[in-house]
Amino acid sequence: MDLNLTEDQKTIREVFAAFFDGETGPARARSAEPLGFDANAWERLLETGAPGMGVAEAVGGGGASLADLAVVAAEAGARIAPLPLVDHMVTVRLLASLADPSACDDDMLAGSTIVGLAIRPATSGIAHTVPNGAVAHRVVALHGERLVIDQHIDLPLDAYLANHGCLPLAHRDLAEAAVLAVGPKAVAAHAQAVDEWRTLTAATLVGMAREALVLGVDYVKERKQFGRPVGSFQAVQHLLADLPGLIDGAHLLTAKAAWAGDRASAGITGTLDVEANDVTDFPALAAMALVAAGEAAVLATDRSLHVHGGYGFSEEYDIQLYYRRARALAFVLDDPARECRRLAGMFLATSDGRPPASDHHDLPPASPEKGCS
Amino acid sequence: MDFSLGERTEAFRAEVRAFLDEHLTADVIERMHVSGTFNDKDFNGALAEAGLLAGAVPGYGDRDPIELYVLFNELEKAGAPYDGLAVTMLVAGVIHAMGTDFHHTEVFVKLLTGQFNCCLGYSEPDHGSDVAAITTKAVRDGDEWVIDGQKMWTTMAHEADWVLLLTRTNPDVSKHKGLTMFLVPMDLPGIEVQPVPTMASERTNATFYDGVRLGDEWRLGEVDGGWAVMGVALAFERGVMGGTNPAVPLLRHVRDWAAEVPSPDGGTMLDDPLLRERLARTAMANQVSQLLTLRAAWIAATGGLPGLEGSMAKLYATERYQQAVGWFQQMAGAEGLLSFGVDGAAANGWIDYDGRHSPVVTIYGGTTEINRNNVAERHLGLPRAH
Repeated sequence: MDLNLTEDQKTIREVFAAFFDGETGPARARSAEPLGFDANAWERLLETGAPGMGVAEAVGGGGASLADLAVVAAEAGARIAPLPLVDHMVTVRLLASLADPSACDDDMLAGSTIVGLAIRPATSGIAHTVPNGAVAHRVVALHGERLVIDQHIDLPLDAYLANHGCLPLAHRDLAEAAVLAVGPKAVAAHAQAVDEWRTLTAATLVGMAREALVLGVDYVKERKQFGRPVGSFQAVQHLLADLPGLIDGAHLLTAKAAWAGDRASAGITGTLDVEANDVTDFPALAAMALVAAGEAAVLATDRSLHVHGGYGFSEEYDIQLYYRRARALAFVLDDPARECRRLAGMFLATSDGRPPASDHHDLPPASPEKGCS
Repeated sequence: MDFSLGERTEAFRAEVRAFLDEHLTADVIERMHVSGTFNDKDFNGALAEAGLLAGAVPGYGDRDPIELYVLFNELEKAGAPYDGLAVTMLVAGVIHAMGTDFHHTEVFVKLLTGQFNCCLGYSEPDHGSDVAAITTKAVRDGDEWVIDGQKMWTTMAHEADWVLLLTRTNPDVSKHKGLTMFLVPMDLPGIEVQPVPTMASERTNATFYDGVRLGDEWRLGEVDGGWAVMGVALAFERGVMGGTNPAVPLLRHVRDWAAEVPSPDGGTMLDDPLLRERLARTAMANQVSQLLTLRAAWIAATGGLPGLEGSMAKLYATERYQQAVGWFQQMAGAEGLLSFGVDGAAANGWIDYDGRHSPVVTIYGGTTEINRNNVAERHLGLPRAH
């Protein structure tokens, strides 16, 4: 048991904290709205090697673990960096893990070709509301039992979908997509990538939640009403005092999920024994981490905005940027309640021994939805 | 980070689990609920014989705080009577940290046999959260002290051999500076224990001290230095020594109940989507509670004093437990109201038990509000509240 970051991770945290401080942050996030992409910052990020750092060295990547990537994601989240980093890192790891790892080319490893992941299965040839679909040159999607990658497209796109969190969301047409893998292996590879996305998005949300709490605490120390700082009122203090435990808990769970993911990649099987509260299974921990971090970020941004009073609601203050992005990231994959039911399906049987229908949401619906033009 | 317990701790956990399989019989659990006393000297004695008790003293022996956490966590998850043991071992830890040779010979070595118990005498009828304002007096009389006053919520006092008693020795200085701690034998003349029944099955007590005389050798810590002793005792109490995983047995009981009970919507209650969601949320909260508690233990194991981290663990774990109890009590309906031993009781009465027990967890050992004050002032750096 060791809850310290490794020496390497401490270095990674320092380097990326400095990078995101210099190249991103609330002001840059604000100027990157509504698209949610700062092309200059992305160009600078390529110099750090971050886009391919999570790919094995043997295939030309940086050899970083999922736990390392979670450290980077948390620093990006704290500064609401308008960069498609998590999705890119997860997607190149997916491509490099395929039977033919050349699917992950040098431009993808370098980040000059941006890749993205349709985290939800495609329906009727369309990948809907892809998290970085508006800025990715190529998107990987699961369509039925086929893992596909769409054709290279030039940026900028006009396909951007205006949205709550100013994420670069877009639908992607898979008509011309090339098949990467077929069958259970394709489904498993996509599921693994989405579990990694859950973990790194949870890390991003933890970073956001921490910074949102800092914004709220700083504000209530300064703001005076009735002749004293509003942060000296117990009613205000107690709204904020619930948050550190919630955020730290989500952080520990996310770090544990990343640890479990790295162990699973090394061939160590986890356990899922909720009766003894003994859980080291990666998919279960990834689901828990996303739900817990989403909850922490949603509540932290809500409370922090509230203690700002009317100013929190105004465009001028930064907390609204965190508030909207927290919800966007917490809900873009699925309703957390359904995510919980999916988690329940991993450790609970039903009376007929089969998981209930709601646990099947990762598979395409029986009657396909209409495509979105 | 590394979240594996390590071979040595895993082996210890296996030892504890093997012990529980053998010694935590249905009789032990029934005795606990019938008597309302969550302490069992036979069970504690068996723990001592198995060599597990010395490891239960915080700061003593070759067990580190992670293993201490593992021991109490396994007892809690298994539903064993551990409340009395936790308090006793906490006092053993305080003696080990601050006691004299006399305390060691007269008390500490006896506590390690499992046949003796301690209780905590902090709160009074008029002083709960503001515990530094207590008024139970200890007055010097030659080589002796004379104690007069009343304590409240002295759980286990009727089973205890000693009480860790917080007294006022100087009323003329600021409240934190005039306190002195004693280890008081419960069989001294002038001590009276009266039961205080609660809405749950557990019993607590009021204790009365009327001209109780004892020698200075029973003083623990400096004269007027009682608050420092409290600091050590509270750091041991919050987090590490059980109390942060009560929803683990709850989840098990609800799952077993749901698998057997038909749902009005068809199938069993285990098919109910809302129940499934809530069981998953409970499983998640149990993991978070475990991690927050392990963090506190890990800080202690690496030389720190995890006061704030303990507060965070207690805040999170107790509120999530209450939330889960509320969900499952509502979902169990009429049968969830039925008590232990009653025909048709949901989860054999456990839902009723948890429903009765859960209100106290955000009160004892430092209320939710006191813990929020700690976090607000000492972690967030907010100005002292008015």
